[in-house]
Amino acid sequence: MASEQSLHAEWRRNWVVLALVLPGLLYFLIFYYLPLLGYVIAFENYLPFLGFIDSPWVGLDNFRDMLSDSSFWAAVNNTLTIALLQLILYFPAPIAIALVVDSLTSTGIRRLVQSVIYLPHFISWVIIVSLFQQFLGGTGVMALALRGVGWALPNVMADPGLFKWLVVAELVWKETGWGTIIYLAALLGIDATLYEAAAVDGASWWRRLWHITLPGLVGITVLLLILRLGQILSVGFEQILLQRDFVGPEAGEVLDTYVYYHGVVGGQWSVTAAAGLIKGIVGAVLVLGADRLARRLGQPGILA
Amino acid sequence: MTIVTDVAAAPVGRVRLPWMEQSPLMVRIAKVILLTAVVAAVVLPFISVVATSFASDQDIQQAGGYVLIPHQPTLNAYRVILQNGIVGHALLVSIGLTTVGTLVSMVMTTSMAYGLSFQVRGLRPVLFIVLFTMLFVPGIIPSYLVVKQLNLLNSYAALILPVMINAFNLIVLRQFFMEIPQEILDSARIDGAGPLRILRHIVLPLSAPVMAVVALFYAVSYWNAFFNALLYLNNNASWPLQMIVRLYVLQGAFSGGAGSVGGESIPAVTQPYQMAVVVIATVPIVLLYPFLQRYFTSGVLSGAIKG
Repeated sequence: MASEQSLHAEWRRNWVVLALVLPGLLYFLIFYYLPLLGYVIAFENYLPFLGFIDSPWVGLDNFRDMLSDSSFWAAVNNTLTIALLQLILYFPAPIAIALVVDSLTSTGIRRLVQSVIYLPHFISWVIIVSLFQQFLGGTGVMALALRGVGWALPNVMADPGLFKWLVVAELVWKETGWGTIIYLAALLGIDATLYEAAAVDGASWWRRLWHITLPGLVGITVLLLILRLGQILSVGFEQILLQRDFVGPEAGEVLDTYVYYHGVVGGQWSVTAAAGLIKGIVGAVLVLGADRLARRLGQPGILA
Repeated sequence: MTIVTDVAAAPVGRVRLPWMEQSPLMVRIAKVILLTAVVAAVVLPFISVVATSFASDQDIQQAGGYVLIPHQPTLNAYRVILQNGIVGHALLVSIGLTTVGTLVSMVMTTSMAYGLSFQVRGLRPVLFIVLFTMLFVPGIIPSYLVVKQLNLLNSYAALILPVMINAFNLIVLRQFFMEIPQEILDSARIDGAGPLRILRHIVLPLSAPVMAVVALFYAVSYWNAFFNALLYLNNNASWPLQMIVRLYVLQGAFSGGAGSVGGESIPAVTQPYQMAVVVIATVPIVLLYPFLQRYFTSGVLSGAIKG
């Protein structure tokens, strides 16, 4: 049907629809696709006063410089360590809490718990870090309480050795509650008759959990794991930027803050653009790869 | 590549039959302890912040730092802070940015999402263009260069235009629009209503809950953003509230505090002042939250991305 009608006529008939889409399309082209062209500076020795066109072309030199920069590798190392800690400590947390919340029989308590645990998601990182400092900083509630019983707590907020644990703890505090929403929806989707049939057959509470509830969560868990993998090089930019200076770049630099401090602040535009480009490509490849893998294992992926 | 969002209203909880709650006693006890701990871990820090903001100098000295229960509550910290002008100005900047930004975002997102819900040739590639941005995000450096080339540095437009449309919000809205029963739309079309009329009189009224949630997301992100202000606004006198919180609380705490913003000096900050700023920056969110929170449970946000 559509092929018989000329594209021109179809567009003219639907010009209102096209006009509605156009501003948004321009937005995405200008702020998402135009910057991609800006990555040309990763192959130049970009000098702001010369501009994109006149800055000298240097091929892959920036990538070589980046790979021989020890602070870049420190940032990669910190990023991957934090990502791994997030995967182990943060990722399972919403699943556990969702299982507990889902099993609540009282709607009132359930609502109350949900209202409370969703809230931190909406609080800014600036505030979250302030709250943690209030609690764990040198004169914070925790330090004072422990000093009262004769324990000297190190200033957790400024301890390079604890930094990675701290940022993961902050993430757990902020996002665990909100993260339960998607698992709660999946739990509601499990057919209640399965439980009934299992109970009639004499399956214990544990067996119902193991054979019905947990399998019901596998799909969504794999999906979120894929999405998480794509984020493995982006470990909380705003969050870490706020606290990096408390512990110094050695312990606190991650890839995104490396790009900010060496590029925007330090003026190494080209080298950091190269780092950003690599990071973006690796992230996309990770998502696509994880998606492939999930499908090979018989799970529906994100890309259909 | 398609992203299907589940926007059907989900019930708050499933009906419980007696045999369902036969978990072992130990499990039930563990559950109560766990939930109490989780709720306390969320609530206590907020209480401590509010309490400290009302604490008098005496309370602070007695406690040696932060306070859980102020014995002589005072509004002094708030008075000093709001008289000083820096926080008041930043508060106005943030309110303005959040209001204008949310309006702009809602108009842009709704219009594009509605347009993309039509089956017109040429729109599928546009949808793909949007989805691809979720896979490959341009980094800080090229985004900064684009904003600079557009002469947006040091303007509030730089805090709104580059983040006008969130691809995820767009997809959620489009999905919701597409699930509106076709018969309703067709009957309006037969009566001679054009796309805009249908949008205004049918689609928008039916989408109120999902619109409310998306608006909340935008408002919260404008209110909470600080990095774009750090990146794009050189003049700290024009900073929004989150940047001032960072300056007072996070930077003040480690450098001893005194500094100046736009020529006005900051009082030598102590805990009540810092916590009062934190409270001021948090209250709008906490006030807005109960009104919109009920929509989360109504399942709008199951927002499950699946293919």
